[in-house]
Amino acid sequence: MSAAAFFLIALVVVGSALGLVLKRNPVHGALFLVVNLGAIAALYLTLGAEFLAAAQVIVYAGAIMVLFVFAIMVLIPGKEETGPDPRRRYRLVAAPVGLVLLAELALIAARRGAPRGPGSPGGVEAIGRLLFTDYLFPFELTSVLLLAAMVGVLLLARPRA
Amino acid sequence: MLFAIGVVGVVVRRNPLVIFMSIELALNAANLALVAFGHRHGSADGQVLVFFVMAVAAAEVAVGLAIIVVIFRVRHRLSVDDLSLMRW
Repeated sequence: MSAAAFFLIALVVVGSALGLVLKRNPVHGALFLVVNLGAIAALYLTLGAEFLAAAQVIVYAGAIMVLFVFAIMVLIPGKEETGPDPRRRYRLVAAPVGLVLLAELALIAARRGAPRGPGSPGGVEAIGRLLFTDYLFPFELTSVLLLAAMVGVLLLARPRA
Repeated sequence: MLFAIGVVGVVVRRNPLVIFMSIELALNAANLALVAFGHRHGSADGQVLVFFVMAVAAAEVAVGLAIIVVIFRVRHRLSVDDLSLMRW
């Protein structure tokens, strides 16, 4: 049952990722990305990481995707990928690179089986405890980073004098 | 559950067409790998790390999209092939 659910969700994840990459229309790509992020949240749930699943939906599918959709709507791209590609030779390198990565992965997967782990504590309590004890400094650093990003974006978005 | 890493790798390989969203995809793949490893080794440290990655990704997307919007405002065109200068 759990394996079947995993394969189903994994299929959705991979399919939507391929859709994102292969579709020309960036709006379609954004929609595929939403599907992808939701499916990954489901995978987190199957791995027992409830907090991360919720955070994934809120942060990624909520905040980041809204940003993306806004940017797409503001910029209305899509026309620039028609016509002859000036860098076709470089783009063709992408396929071999992807194949090499895949082969590497298959090698690792073939060497190691699929052992079941003991499972991890995924509740809010465990993560919160870790976050505010062992990882307190990185946590505070993250807040500084977010502040810096906010200030930087405000500076960029300011009308140029 | 280590097999989850396989899916992660499948998600990772791609060519940069919708480059930014692909970066998000790659970050998510790494996140999934972290959670899977944490699950396998019975520790929640990986999940804390994923939490940080999410925060950094949010910041990165905000700044990156702002830069893209500014470039579009200046250039009125949007394609990485045009962007060979570091200044405008």
